[in-house]
Amino acid sequence: MKPILTIARRELTSYFTSPVAYVFLVIFLLLTGFFTFTAGNFFERGEASLAAFFGWHPWLYLVLVPAVGMRVWAEERRSGTLELLLTMPITPWQAIVAKFLASWAFLAVALALTFPAVITANILGDPDNGQIVAGYLGSLLLAGAYLAIACMTSAMTRNQVVAFILSVVLCLFLILAGFNPVTDLLARWASPALVDTVAAFSVVTHFDGFQRGVIDLRDLVFFLSVIGFALFATGIIIRGHRAG
Amino acid sequence: MIKIDRLAKAFGPRRAVDDISFTVERGEVLGFLGPNGAGKSTTMRMITGFMPPTAGRVTVGGYDVVESPLEAKRLIGYLPENAAAYPDMTVKGFLDFAAELRRLGGEARRKAVQRVVELCFLDSVLHQSIDTLSKGYRHRTCLAQALIHDPDVLIMDEPTDGLDPNQKHEVRNLIRKLGKNKAIVFSTHILEEVDAACTRAIIIDRGRIVANGTPDELRAMSELAGAVTLSARGATGEKLAALGRVEPLDGAFRIYPRDKARAAELAQGIVELVNREGWKVEGMYSEAGQLDEVFRRITLPDTVKR
Repeated sequence: MKPILTIARRELTSYFTSPVAYVFLVIFLLLTGFFTFTAGNFFERGEASLAAFFGWHPWLYLVLVPAVGMRVWAEERRSGTLELLLTMPITPWQAIVAKFLASWAFLAVALALTFPAVITANILGDPDNGQIVAGYLGSLLLAGAYLAIACMTSAMTRNQVVAFILSVVLCLFLILAGFNPVTDLLARWASPALVDTVAAFSVVTHFDGFQRGVIDLRDLVFFLSVIGFALFATGIIIRGHRAG
Repeated sequence: MIKIDRLAKAFGPRRAVDDISFTVERGEVLGFLGPNGAGKSTTMRMITGFMPPTAGRVTVGGYDVVESPLEAKRLIGYLPENAAAYPDMTVKGFLDFAAELRRLGGEARRKAVQRVVELCFLDSVLHQSIDTLSKGYRHRTCLAQALIHDPDVLIMDEPTDGLDPNQKHEVRNLIRKLGKNKAIVFSTHILEEVDAACTRAIIIDRGRIVANGTPDELRAMSELAGAVTLSARGATGEKLAALGRVEPLDGAFRIYPRDKARAAELAQGIVELVNREGWKVEGMYSEAGQLDEVFRRITLPDTVKR
């Protein structure tokens, strides 16, 4: 446990000592603001909820989360510090979990900084704050799932651009599998059971419940298993590099 | 402390390390020599547990590196190739981080950091971030990291690479000093380092050990070892040829002994011959042999053999 904390703290500090963190935070907040209030018609909706805010998250994270995750392993491999880290008396799992948790914590900070949206909704109306909390939890899990995938692709290559593109494609698949235009297209020729199965792999399907304020165990399990699976695959990939 | 038994590593069909065995005891400084791509770094990566071997075993302090990696890694300090370090950290932050991963906390950590900072002369750059350091300082920062837990085993991949002559000298002195109570392995392709710091040297070529011995033993493998160079007025090659093979040099002769084990007799024979013939000696010395010649001869067996 101690090494995880040590590594996670180092990672998190390194975000904030480089301009990456600030650039990311500013862009993230500008974009959430734009999508919520302008593109999402927050004011015109005439309801006191953050639906306009959360609805965009699967798409917003599609670009922004891989940008955070792409450097996690690719950078260590490129600069050779991976060798330093993995010859310390720690297990590779500790490093994998620590690096993931640090980046996830960073995304949590970014998400927490959107609190003015909550305040706005509360000033203008009387929203269901339980629903908002569920929405934030779902959004955090969604970010975690994307991030774990980005960590995995980052371990595949020492080139951050390749890692970025790969993880965008994988995350896009996780969205499209449950995206209405795609499921409608699929429903024209496939059996409803198949459509449901494909949609069950989608983050959109599982994120929906959280937005409505429902914390379903199945949705929790889905996101946590995507994270678990991607981190497990990261471990295998890193082991594979070392085995040559 | 380090025991390597029939170690091998294959990358696809290529065998980077092929059946290597050796041991290093406490108090030994082992120089690991070989041309680029001979398998030096790969061997070190297997000793430090970064890469699992394809075959064979590495034990460090009695712990198998594959079966009990944590126990083995605790005993090892490692300076990787190119002295990798996190560029965004300060020297102090980096050393604190390394100490913490080595389970040093509180007062013990403060003392450990202070000790390696003094040992590696990092005082003046302590609060500077690593990406602003010159190569020499970055190297020493990474070396300090390897020493932070005062390890029994020190593995260094080209510790003097990219340093200026003064820094090289300092690092060699440090290695010699540390070698008194540690087991040290370091790789280099600078042959003078073998004399400057090693108690023993191994030369590897294409993944195999081709020589293993003290610097003097390696030098004795030289063609030149035991030869006598004589520069004397009146000397002729024909007369000297009675004593051994003669190679005429610029204004001098080099006489190779017929039998290396009896090299001392050669010098005596030459002195007697000089006295008998009444040559005027301007210079005469016996050759100890040159490491670079040995190195070239045994790492390129097919092309340079004379």
